[in-house]
Amino acid sequence: MDTHAALYAQGQQRLAYLRAIAPRQSVSLEQKMADNGITRRDFIKWSAAMTAMLALPLPFSNLVAEAAELADRVPLIWLHMAECTGCSESLIRTDSPNLDTLIFDHISLEYHETLMAASGWQAEENLEHALAQYKGRYLLAVEGAIPTANNGAFLTVGCKGHTGLQIVKDAAEGAAAIISVGTCAAFGGVQAAYPNPTGAKGVHEVVDKTVINLGGCPPSEKNIVGTLMYFIMFGKLPALDMFNRPKWAYGARVHDNCERRGRFDAGEFVETFGDQGAKDGYCLYKVGCKGPYTYNNCPTERFNHHTSWPVLAGHGCMGCSEPNFWDDMADFEKPLGRQLLHGIDATADTIGAVILGATVVGIGAHAVASVFAKPLED
Amino acid sequence: MNKRVVIDPITRIEGHLRIEVEVDENNVITKAWSSSTLWRGIEVILKGRTPMDVGLIVQRICGVCTYSHYRCGTEAVENALGMTIPVNAKYLRSLMQSSLYMHDHIVHFYHLHGLDWVDVVSALGADPAKAAQDSLKYTDKPIATGEGELRAVQERVKALVETGKLGPFANAYWGNGTYRFTPEQNLIALSHYLKALEVQRVAAEMLAIFGGKSPHPQSLVVGGVTSVRDMLSPARLQEWKQKHAIVQDFIERAYQADIVMAAEAFGTEASVLGGVNVKSFLCTNDFLMGDGQYLFEQGVIMHGDLANVTDINPDFIKEDVTHAWYQADSAQHPYDGTTVPDYTGFVERETVYGKLPTLDGDGKYSWVKSPRYQDEPVEVGPLSCLLVNYAKGNPIVVDAVNGLLARTGLPIEALFTTLGRTAARMLQTVLVGQASLHTFDALITNLMSDESTFIAPEIDSNKEYVGHAMNEAPRGMLSHWIRIKNGKVENYQAVVPTTWNAGPVDANGKMGPYEASLIGLTLEDPTKPLEVIRIIHSFDPCMACSVHVMDYKKQTLGQFKIDPNGF
Repeated sequence: MDTHAALYAQGQQRLAYLRAIAPRQSVSLEQKMADNGITRRDFIKWSAAMTAMLALPLPFSNLVAEAAELADRVPLIWLHMAECTGCSESLIRTDSPNLDTLIFDHISLEYHETLMAASGWQAEENLEHALAQYKGRYLLAVEGAIPTANNGAFLTVGCKGHTGLQIVKDAAEGAAAIISVGTCAAFGGVQAAYPNPTGAKGVHEVVDKTVINLGGCPPSEKNIVGTLMYFIMFGKLPALDMFNRPKWAYGARVHDNCERRGRFDAGEFVETFGDQGAKDGYCLYKVGCKGPYTYNNCPTERFNHHTSWPVLAGHGCMGCSEPNFWDDMADFEKPLGRQLLHGIDATADTIGAVILGATVVGIGAHAVASVFAKPLED
Repeated sequence: MNKRVVIDPITRIEGHLRIEVEVDENNVITKAWSSSTLWRGIEVILKGRTPMDVGLIVQRICGVCTYSHYRCGTEAVENALGMTIPVNAKYLRSLMQSSLYMHDHIVHFYHLHGLDWVDVVSALGADPAKAAQDSLKYTDKPIATGEGELRAVQERVKALVETGKLGPFANAYWGNGTYRFTPEQNLIALSHYLKALEVQRVAAEMLAIFGGKSPHPQSLVVGGVTSVRDMLSPARLQEWKQKHAIVQDFIERAYQADIVMAAEAFGTEASVLGGVNVKSFLCTNDFLMGDGQYLFEQGVIMHGDLANVTDINPDFIKEDVTHAWYQADSAQHPYDGTTVPDYTGFVERETVYGKLPTLDGDGKYSWVKSPRYQDEPVEVGPLSCLLVNYAKGNPIVVDAVNGLLARTGLPIEALFTTLGRTAARMLQTVLVGQASLHTFDALITNLMSDESTFIAPEIDSNKEYVGHAMNEAPRGMLSHWIRIKNGKVENYQAVVPTTWNAGPVDANGKMGPYEASLIGLTLEDPTKPLEVIRIIHSFDPCMACSVHVMDYKKQTLGQFKIDPNGF
């Protein structure tokens, strides 16, 4: 609880700081909520839910609520690099009805190519303005990998023809915090899969600052919004795992919270898609599930307003929040146990050839993988 | 003295698109260039991988048409292996396709294209009572346009403006003379912009029910679908149907009404009454409503000749790279194409914003290739789909198109415009939504006697397989082409909608649909080229899709100018 007490104090300090910044708006959040038919009670309920999702004790919900009210003081710049816009699509599905859009009204969204009204020269002006005006204070979110081959020429953005590489470096300079949204920005993603023809890299490989990595292809809307909220509340990065992923979201293996875990333990497996086991909800390990090697909150939070997640839909996890999963977790319909256990992380090489043959050895994989779940710092 | 206008980034699209135009002394566009400024090389990455993983990888071409590539890649493999999947799997795939459309077209019209039509600042001066009354002109059952709701929307936006912090609405083209809605009409549309944010979430949930998540659903496999438990759950089926009702209601009572309203307000706005200058169109079969029965049927219209719709011949498709950043001797069929990157960069010149790097129109200037059908540029997308089916006499489409023309009082020629392209997308959404209920019923009927969802694929690693698949992605006809050898992907090619529409000039000097659509357009203020942005948005650009390559002939990719450290 000492850690929590310290964190709580830090959160309070942060809020005091945010309150001290001159308000940009004449109308309070409370007033706006009333205007939009959202009661204080709804708001408190939302704050409590958000607090639980961030794996914080309930007393923190006061901080969450207050942070939401102050959120408009944090400018957000969102850049698109080598990407498919799936992460932005995930963002727009953010799922607390009514309130989520309000929350986004209260983050000052200075630049986001998919959503902003201005185009071309005017859009570029908005970016330059925000970088200068909010230097040292803005949150930087990056979607997509950074092509670095050929001096970054595989991506240019803007009338001035700057490379994506240059734009990210410049924007990182004055950022209060940098968030790589999705596996491409975090680890290079699909374009960085072998043979990586464009030299695509994660943001953290091209800038000198700490970068929060939100793995996932795409990350769920909750993991994106929750991470923004954490920074706004505490003014610092959340506790991160060895790949700089927030532990509140990526601290547990998919396998550990899987609704089919009991089937795994009982040795009940889907042998082929559509068989009786598939109809009965058996474990998908033998048809390629990578849940035992993947850290994410998909089983508990699901996607699209808790509608579903791949395992519920009868398809194994493909490990999309892990670095290099396109190479290390393929073939996606075969158990990883058939292959060398390489690339769960950088140090996996030192384990040597950990070969998982039969499914029972999956338990062994559990133990091995759990080692990597230990926090780097706490 | 002609002037160069540079627009980069074109925002409110998927991906990275640069448009440049040249205007004369009267600000009339005389030349236009369309360029994608990103190359990712995904098909290169597919090489040597198992065909079973193809769908999941090609899905990452695009997170907006997040299901189209997944399905197309999976079906290309099935086609190559000569498989027929279970009927239930076909229906589930079609339901997911419908769900994607209902989401994608709503988001495109309101959140991407909408701000080209709606002047947000003007809405602040509207009379909410009058707006509520006006909304009844376009449907007798409007959504989210009651006087109180409109007042709340207006006050909410006003409060934002008063902060001086417009966020995503900052520094746009408010007040431009080509915005033609009255303040009241702007307020109605603005209210729907906000309402659509809620509705699109529900539409995304529809896709997630059978897909596991959205974007990037994960329930297709070569041989069928995996979401058998969702299919067999009566609660799950009804969950889809309930969400469908919510979304379809919005489509018919808001989206449709707003297009009728736009037809009235913009019916005399010259800048949206051109924009269809490539008059050849093509589309493919999609949306299974029953055994072998598709909502939309394939066909080709060449040179505006609606009396002669021909069947698609895949052999007639070739890609030209004369002005694209690749090297090749001549136009090539997807099965024989080569791809060697040849990036030549920009050329400095004077523009309306001062000296800037600009596209080299005489040389190479885009990462997008130029697909041609019988050497001709062709437009694809909702407009093409409806025109082909209208010309073929598809009764569902004929009734829908005639109905819309009657309601708006517009002639058939109005379809061949920017406004028509935007209206066609709406009409397609209405029809897809309605047809999906037939798909749903067909699934229920089939479930009474059949629960199968999967047939195991078999690959003989001693055999070589070739196959392709086509479907109608939200932005138009999509085709994937695969060759399998030694049980692995040997070659892969995707010819995608935005490539058809956005490609540069070909060897014969023929412009693609984007570039051609801009010629002759007059700009009110060349430094604020809203008219160009509106026309380009009407195509619904999806650039990540269009930038794709595959080295069919095994040449070492990147012996050119790619840093070897990149590998």
